[in-house]
Amino acid sequence: MNQIQYTNRAKAVDRRPLNFIERLYLWNIFIGMFITIKHFFKKKPTVQYPEQVREVGTAYRGLHILNRDEEGRERCTACGLCAVACPAEAISMEAAERLDDEEHLYREEKYAAKYEINMLRCIFCGLCEDACPKDAIYLSHTFTPTNYHRKGLIYKKEDMLIPNPKTQPEEYAKAKGLIDDKKKK
Amino acid sequence: MNIYLLAIDWWFIIEKLVLIALIVTLCLIIAMYETYGERKVAAFIQDRIGPNRAGPFGILQPLADGGKLFFKEEIIPLTSSKYLFVLGPTLAMITALLTSAVIPWGTSLEIGGRNVALQVADINIGVLYIFAVVSIGVYGIMIGAWSSNNKFSLLSGLRAASQMISYELAMGLALIAILMMSGSLQMSVIVNKQMSGALGGFGGWNIWYQPLGFLVFFTCALAECNRTPFDLPEAESELNFGYHQEYSSMKLGFYLFAEYINMFMSCILMATLFLGGYDIPFVNETTLAAHIGQNWVALLSFLSLLAKAFFLVFVFMWIRWTVPRFRFDQLMHLGWKKLIPLALANMVITAALILWMNS
Repeated sequence: MNQIQYTNRAKAVDRRPLNFIERLYLWNIFIGMFITIKHFFKKKPTVQYPEQVREVGTAYRGLHILNRDEEGRERCTACGLCAVACPAEAISMEAAERLDDEEHLYREEKYAAKYEINMLRCIFCGLCEDACPKDAIYLSHTFTPTNYHRKGLIYKKEDMLIPNPKTQPEEYAKAKGLIDDKKKK
Repeated sequence: MNIYLLAIDWWFIIEKLVLIALIVTLCLIIAMYETYGERKVAAFIQDRIGPNRAGPFGILQPLADGGKLFFKEEIIPLTSSKYLFVLGPTLAMITALLTSAVIPWGTSLEIGGRNVALQVADINIGVLYIFAVVSIGVYGIMIGAWSSNNKFSLLSGLRAASQMISYELAMGLALIAILMMSGSLQMSVIVNKQMSGALGGFGGWNIWYQPLGFLVFFTCALAECNRTPFDLPEAESELNFGYHQEYSSMKLGFYLFAEYINMFMSCILMATLFLGGYDIPFVNETTLAAHIGQNWVALLSFLSLLAKAFFLVFVFMWIRWTVPRFRFDQLMHLGWKKLIPLALANMVITAALILWMNS
């Protein structure tokens, strides 16, 4: 029995025969019941989920959010780098050219006419966030998307766009705050 | 003919019928809330919160569970023996409720000059009656298990039968000591005997004279109710729920209900036999009745009995979430080689002491 000891963490198992009190079994049951009743009166760690949401860290990766600039123009140029970076192949998009009267809508000449993320495929790794050269996509702190249909979980551009700073300044500020926190990290 | 009909004490019959209806309802409601209590106790012991969505603190959870069971599909397996398959849960339920007949639930009420005893039948073989009914209870399980025509169910039926028979022996022997002390099988006599003890009845509780008997009786009661650590007949991990595996809908509900009623009834029985029954500790009931009236005392004594029973129910649940299940040979070993000799010794010592003190 010359076993090599790699660590000193191993503990010898107590194989002594049971003494009289242990064989009676009753005393040990009382000890066990004392342990369980201690747990009975312990404070419970349960988080009452829908009413009570646990705080998540700033680096948390939840559902995606598509960023706008200060004038409310979409930043995404449909370059496709996020789609390439995506290991789950959840992102798909269609590019379009900006028209002259759309300059207040899109920041650059090219934009994403269609931008979809399949939330059933997405693994929330955040590689799209890293890949984006235009500061356009971020992972927010929202989680647990629910829907009655699979189709509903393929999120369209409208589902993910950050609120417009012109029309909804408060909501925008809130979402922007999260993004800024992320950038600091 | 008319004279004979008039000669019958009709109020007596009405009073008993009302009492029966009340007690059966009480048993059913308590069984319902035992399931809730069980889930809460389990949750608290495991550092969880338990059901808390249906109503405040999840109070309506048993209703939701019952409703769910009602709306489930009623399945009778093709290979089962249909008549017996239905008889099984019926028998289990009936025997569970039958035991409540001889329990004295409190001191007597006074309604319109009549003395109404809170006991359906004060027969002079009360304890024997309970044992007889409980032994029939095993048929509910056996018949259900056998008629399901399922190997797991059959195994579980075998286990249930052998377990119940072997533990009933020790239970009966532990009880004989009590019977020798009180000198009667009548439940009311046993309770009255305890109530006449010191400290307003508290000193007269049988548990002080028969601690070993109580321990044996309690252990056997756990086994009789198929509660952990003796829940071998419905061992989920080995037998896929055992005898009620093929049952669905309200037939399953009946089995589960019967089990909880059994648990409540055995706790009431233990409270009656060992913890002074409806005796209010440290209070002399007759002097109290002179102060606040007999009906209030009846209510208080009834609540006292319930409190004792609920405490025992809590201990049942507490044990369930503490002690793991026995192996079958360990179960038989404990029953035949430990509890029966213990109960016998207890009986002999009690008998010797009684003889010695009387001579």
